[in-house]
Amino acid sequence: MTADSTDRNPGQALDLGWVRRIRANRSAAERRALALAGRRSVKRDAQAGWLLRAVTLTDLTTLAGDDTPGRVRRLCGKARRPARADLLRALGVDPGEFAVAAVCVYHEMVPVAVRALEGSEVQVAAVSTGFPAALSPSGTRVAEVRETVAAGAGEVDVVVTRGTVLRGDWERLYDQVARYREACGKAHMKVILGVGELGTLSNAGKAAAVAMMAGADFVKTSTGKEAVNATLPVGLVLARAVREYHRRAGFRVGLKAAGGISTAKDALAWMVLVKEELGDAWLDPALFRIGASSLLADIERQLEHHVTGRYSAFHRHALG
Amino acid sequence: MSQVRDAFLKPEYGPAPESDRLAMEWLDDGRRKFGHYANGEWFDGDGDLRDTLCPADGRRLARFRFGAEADMDRAVRAATAALAPWREAGSHARARHLYAIARRLHKRSRLFAVLESLDNGKTLRESRDLDVPLAIRHFYHHAGWAQLADSEFPGYEAVGVAGQIIPWNFPLLMLAWKVAPALAAGCTVVLKPAEYTPLTALLFAEVAHEAGLPPGVLNIVTGDGAAGAALVRHPGVHKVAFTGSTEVGREIRVATAGSGKGLSLELGGKSPFVVFENADLDAAVEGVVDGIWLNQGQVCCAGSRLLVQEGVEEDFLHRLRSRMETLRVGHPLDKAMDMGAVVDRVQFDRIQGYLEQGQADGVEVWRPSCPVPEEGLFLPPTLCTGVQPSSPLATEEIFGPVIVSLTFRTPAEAVALANDTRYGLAASVWSEDVNLALDVAPAIKAGTVWINCTNMFDAAAGFGGYRESGFGREGGREGMWEYLKPATRRDSAIRAEEDGVETDGSRPNSVERVDSQAVDRTRKLWIGGRQRRPDGDYSLTVAGPGGSPTVEVPRGNRKDARNAAEAAAKARQAWAASSGHLRAQILYFLGENLAARAGEFARALGRGNGGAIEVDAAVRAFFTFAAWADKFDGRVHSTPFRNVVLAMNEPVGTVVIRCGNRASLAGVVGPMAAAMAQGNAVVLLAPGRWPVPALDLVQVLETSDVPPGVANVLSGVHEEVFPALASHDDVDQLWDFAGDALSEEAERLSAGNLKRVWVDREGAVDWRALGAGKDALDCEFVLRQATRVKNIWVPYGA
Repeated sequence: MTADSTDRNPGQALDLGWVRRIRANRSAAERRALALAGRRSVKRDAQAGWLLRAVTLTDLTTLAGDDTPGRVRRLCGKARRPARADLLRALGVDPGEFAVAAVCVYHEMVPVAVRALEGSEVQVAAVSTGFPAALSPSGTRVAEVRETVAAGAGEVDVVVTRGTVLRGDWERLYDQVARYREACGKAHMKVILGVGELGTLSNAGKAAAVAMMAGADFVKTSTGKEAVNATLPVGLVLARAVREYHRRAGFRVGLKAAGGISTAKDALAWMVLVKEELGDAWLDPALFRIGASSLLADIERQLEHHVTGRYSAFHRHALG
Repeated sequence: MSQVRDAFLKPEYGPAPESDRLAMEWLDDGRRKFGHYANGEWFDGDGDLRDTLCPADGRRLARFRFGAEADMDRAVRAATAALAPWREAGSHARARHLYAIARRLHKRSRLFAVLESLDNGKTLRESRDLDVPLAIRHFYHHAGWAQLADSEFPGYEAVGVAGQIIPWNFPLLMLAWKVAPALAAGCTVVLKPAEYTPLTALLFAEVAHEAGLPPGVLNIVTGDGAAGAALVRHPGVHKVAFTGSTEVGREIRVATAGSGKGLSLELGGKSPFVVFENADLDAAVEGVVDGIWLNQGQVCCAGSRLLVQEGVEEDFLHRLRSRMETLRVGHPLDKAMDMGAVVDRVQFDRIQGYLEQGQADGVEVWRPSCPVPEEGLFLPPTLCTGVQPSSPLATEEIFGPVIVSLTFRTPAEAVALANDTRYGLAASVWSEDVNLALDVAPAIKAGTVWINCTNMFDAAAGFGGYRESGFGREGGREGMWEYLKPATRRDSAIRAEEDGVETDGSRPNSVERVDSQAVDRTRKLWIGGRQRRPDGDYSLTVAGPGGSPTVEVPRGNRKDARNAAEAAAKARQAWAASSGHLRAQILYFLGENLAARAGEFARALGRGNGGAIEVDAAVRAFFTFAAWADKFDGRVHSTPFRNVVLAMNEPVGTVVIRCGNRASLAGVVGPMAAAMAQGNAVVLLAPGRWPVPALDLVQVLETSDVPPGVANVLSGVHEEVFPALASHDDVDQLWDFAGDALSEEAERLSAGNLKRVWVDREGAVDWRALGAGKDALDCEFVLRQATRVKNIWVPYGA
């Protein structure tokens, strides 16, 4: 099938033949990831433009045990005004139309975030399904999704149980994700694969394919809690899985990189990867997100440098 | 800031230019006019001033000299004068110099990169990330070989003055591949860079000079083919190393015939890129990008023949075309470009010509819609489908950004197509099945095989060709041998004294009448495991040693030579694939059966007790090479990547052995056993003066389980038989122990298919002493002649 729909991915039947054919050669993926950084250099005006774009792709995240409503409200404030208005105007961007894509919080913080972001375009995303390990009772996990959606989250970041992937139990993984999707209803579902715990790149590619077949709106690299998070080689494998799904099933699924992306340079590298492997259509909040907490601060400094020609400092920009 | 806004709304790559200011300043410092460098001095010489241009925009970068013969002579004399002190400076002193060069290259690496991109047209990404770092790595690595030369290569010494000619596609890198091992070994160098790209070599001379390299150790003369020819012909040059086209390689082979000069040639290619259905197809697509669009395809080892398993062809080509759409072609100093300009108008037109011819033949030529600058020598990436193996596009080296696609059905067919070429430089094999990949890699006739990767290079791994891609290796331990020779040459007077057969080879006055009591004996040729009468049905009368009766032996001719070569060709694949253990068993058995007939052979050799001693030596040679058959192991090279690089000692193929007149039995058995031990098939031409022991050996061969065709024995007038073998296009190597005018002729004839030639003019190997205890170096020397190194790159990672 070569349909090209902008509709939401409805999922499809599990195609085990497709899953089993997926192979990802690690050395080749690493070479490609390394080459991308060397082959594509974004400089000067283009770089400033790309960094502005990166802000709009960001899921501003706080997922800590010590999160409080006050902390989340501060984050939401930053989400609405992610950069100083004078800088944005200097760069030709209307501050009123400029925000991050979403804030990403735990379930308990959803109502706070929803209130704090009222009237803005910023989405509220919540992690769910026994985040980060997805080893709580399966009924509880599905119920958690329902409650989170009911609390007002427009996006739910669900987690796969890594054991299903490690055991090659694709049917179980498919069923699990399909049930989450059903529970999500109208809320968009990002499926966190926990690639740092999947052992091989091929497993990451296979898990992504199964998640898309089961109805994922996004595939997402990591919870941010694994020892290894979003690396470019794994991003490459996921991007290729997304591309393949689009070619075969006709639906565009999004990609979210999360964990360890903290510098403007990292963000540019991911955007280059997405542009090269998936195309310009994916450089859009509807199809690509960067989950991050400290990234924004670095981007702001780079933007200020672009405007003033002087290297900037963190304290010149508001905390998130 | 509307451009910022534009990029925000639609993230496109803006220009990312690298400044050429410092490179221009360097050119200005030299007033944009360069001479040659010899004996630590710059000089203008006799040649004309020519321009070197920037192919991306056509501007003149500088003027330089087309060196004349006198300039080359000046450089070779400087190198000759510098040779003894440089050799005697010792390992550690040379290591310090190479280390200093590496450090200084490092410190000026960006200048080298920018200058290279300006002069050659390659993208800065490549010159900065590939060419220059690898060149530096070569000097570091070979600083190590310099340090270890005395301890790791005992009994060897520098071959002398090295004349080196390099191409325009990797100017600095090829310089490093040539200069670093030569200097490490203790050679002095005269180098001629290509006429399109002289600049980085001139900058290198400056750097080496600043690094304190003694005058005359490195000399650089710029110019065109005429300067190169003067270097090749110069009698003061002991070793010629050339990288370039197969056509010029052939000319050099002919020009050096009979000169005794060492020769290594790294020539053209039409390297296969094999994609199996169980490959990571997306990874393989990137492999194609790295394989054929690196340096605009102007790479000798470019993966220019895409062989895809038929079932995934459509899928693969779809992915490839999509990928080609995102390639960016533009100014080489823009850091976001994948492809720059081709080097010269001549090259540009040549590539276009191939494509026009292909289109006329019905080939589908596909190019992506990516923009290509109209000014400058830019070509888009090009994919040709509907190509048959018979098309020139599939057989000729295009040396441009053009890949042709063919399909195969089975691994065997993939190998057959991969090997269906006169070249054999490199191959790339893509499969996630380790069984399949490791089965196919050794079967492909190429000096380098990359599994699931392509165009990977390192100073620690040898690089070089099979077949008409040339011979010799650059990099690694195997590369060092190209600049070394055995240090001890036995005095020729001693050799003459040892010489067994005292007859003068003149035609006997009359044939001795047969003793009526003896049974008449007819000796025959041995071809394909059968005793054969000579095709011409003529015999040759040879005088026995020490006044013994004359004997009639078969007078083989060209057809016998052809039949023997064909028998060897049929046998060599299975023999090469047999285990070292099996080959050892057969060689031991040969020794056993020869020993059983020791008395008979001793009588045939004459010389009283000397004959018995030589038979003993021959038996010992069988044992020695039987012993080596399962012990001449390859290596695993240590490169800075996460992979295994297997340096395998592979048989060369068919080895033609022309025996000399010394040691009529040991000089027959030794080379034959060595070649067979390593899996080669042999065509042996018996000694001209006394061929009888070689012909009698047939009966030993016949009774010792030697598979038909693995060894073939001919006799006759060498002038009548040997040229047919020396020129035979399915013979892979010549060993000539006669070292006479015919040897020179053979070297010329070898140019046809660029077979490897070993002419032992100086008696490097004493076959009678082999295996007697003090000859370990001789044995390894011979075993290296009997093998060539294939480097198989195997990256890994879960």
